[in-house]
Amino acid sequence: MNRGHVYRKILGRIMEGVCLVAAVIAVLPLFTFLWHLFAQGFSSLSFSMFTQLPMPPGELGGGMKNAILGSVLVVGLATVVGIPVGIGAAIFMTEFAGPTIASALRFACDVLSGIPSIVMGLLAYQIVVVPMHHFSAVSGSVALAFIMLPVVVITTQEMLYLVPHSLREAGHALGIPTWRIASSIILRAAAPGVLTGMILSVSRIAGETAPMLFTAFGNPYLSLDPKSPISTLPHMIFNYAISPYDDWHRLAWGGALLLVLGILGATLLSRFILWWHQRSLNT
Amino acid sequence: MDLPTTEKPGSRSPGPVAPPKAPTHAMPPLSLSARVPDADAPPPVPEEPRRPLATRFPKRSSGRTADLIFRLATGACAAAVAGLIVVAIVFMVRGSIPAFKDHGLGAILSPEWDPTNQKYGALTFLFGTAYTSLIGMMIALPLGVLTAVALVEILPHSLSKVISLAVELLAAIPSVLLGLWGIFTLVPLVRSFEVSIYKSPLGLKNIPIFSGSPMGVGFLAAGLLLAIMALPFILSVTREVLLQVPVSQREAAYALGATRWQAIYNYILPYSWKGIFGAGLLGLARVLGETMAVTMVIGNTPQIKASLFASGYTLASVIANEFTEAPSILAISALISLGLILLVVSILLNAAARLMLIYLGRGSSSPREAK
Repeated sequence: MNRGHVYRKILGRIMEGVCLVAAVIAVLPLFTFLWHLFAQGFSSLSFSMFTQLPMPPGELGGGMKNAILGSVLVVGLATVVGIPVGIGAAIFMTEFAGPTIASALRFACDVLSGIPSIVMGLLAYQIVVVPMHHFSAVSGSVALAFIMLPVVVITTQEMLYLVPHSLREAGHALGIPTWRIASSIILRAAAPGVLTGMILSVSRIAGETAPMLFTAFGNPYLSLDPKSPISTLPHMIFNYAISPYDDWHRLAWGGALLLVLGILGATLLSRFILWWHQRSLNT
Repeated sequence: MDLPTTEKPGSRSPGPVAPPKAPTHAMPPLSLSARVPDADAPPPVPEEPRRPLATRFPKRSSGRTADLIFRLATGACAAAVAGLIVVAIVFMVRGSIPAFKDHGLGAILSPEWDPTNQKYGALTFLFGTAYTSLIGMMIALPLGVLTAVALVEILPHSLSKVISLAVELLAAIPSVLLGLWGIFTLVPLVRSFEVSIYKSPLGLKNIPIFSGSPMGVGFLAAGLLLAIMALPFILSVTREVLLQVPVSQREAAYALGATRWQAIYNYILPYSWKGIFGAGLLGLARVLGETMAVTMVIGNTPQIKASLFASGYTLASVIANEFTEAPSILAISALISLGLILLVVSILLNAAARLMLIYLGRGSSSPREAK
């Protein structure tokens, strides 16, 4: 009896220790990643990265101006299409659709968000690149819009559900048409949450590389024409990372730091908006 | 959940009773005060055939037209989202038809991949995807579950919040950057581990999974990266599942004199193993289609070897590497058919995992609400 008591206590301590070690291991990758990124990235981050075009290997300097602008263009185009459609679908789900249709749509979005991004790239290739007969920035945007759409819908819909039902009833009691209720009352009440969802979905697609390989394709020159091939930051980081040149590796780390600062900054910003919103709701 | 059903009657009844107003254009910025009299209007005199909206709305309140337009527009958005799955399946199937016509479904299971000579066997890629996913899940699942236990049951709330935020940030890092980190940090680490195995006096290198020369790149490095990528998903779902375990379950365990670990092992984990399985499926679905990071560290050699140290190739990485250099339309179609495999498997896995989690959420919500 007594021995069993000691045994199970010791076993409990050991297993709790194992769990704690697991928790430490779980955060280890993020910190080693960030450590290497900052150590390597800051030294190679320079002003010329933003102002110069890529140079052939061996030549000093060179930047990622074309890729940075390209990323902004491709992600921007995708956002312009993806966010309104996503928010529209979310409004339909919460304001118009019955419970069955709403949960079916939610299920579809969950499944969609799990489709590998490279498959979305293949889809955009067939829908846009094949009819156009050449790679283009637009096709990259289409692939990114496909990827971001379910993310926007899911986050927006969750935020719209949080808006108290009494607000809708109040609107109807005043005789306001449903479209005004949805756009001026519900959407406004949920605005911080919806904004958070937008930021998260943009930061999710900003780092996508796989679909870019055969849609936006890459372009060593500066191009802002949506109909021609274009470089994006993650794609260029990939090309530089697998190259054999030290110069290019350094540029890749610099670009990586830029991308991570953008994405982590956006993620933290969105969390802050939500936190601030919830705090203001509570007081 | 019952929101949409309750609001409809409310939105309909006041409108038509009001005296007809001057017809306005399609979408006027209707102010609140203008509509308030409607709500105060005399109780509905059953002014008969009110149903056929389409015939009435032109003369009636313009809110009707705008509402209909709004409803159609948002409905179209929703249809576009739902239609995306159908479009994806249709286009991927259509794209792979030439390949299937040429060499049939069975040819996929041959190990020979040589597009220039019209050999399109995908067995090596299927193996690579399965093997790397297996390695990744075997690391990520125990790690994720143990971490979730630590977060929910052991650590103080503030610390566990910080840790879960850190792991969630890990999910936000693009896979190409993890691949970059993999090339320059993880692969050298893996290589030194492999060298130490290779040189070990115990003869560990004769064990099949440790055989082969230490190169660093290969299944082990890819599996480790996949584990890192799957971890956030597994951790967050498992944490949710553990949080759903009713407090009474814990109280009962402690009342019987269980130690904390006994409560976890005998009462809390058995209560949530289905949810953990769902978490595993979700993680697996993520891992299967992962492209960039794997492509950067797996070595890209189409071969089937049991050794963890051997280099390999996965479905996603062969698409990424060879698509733009495909020598023929047929080769493109063959690569699209590999994408179709990924699509179908990921849809099935995600659907299974979601259904499982939905079912669980329904099943376990009742004790929680009773509390």
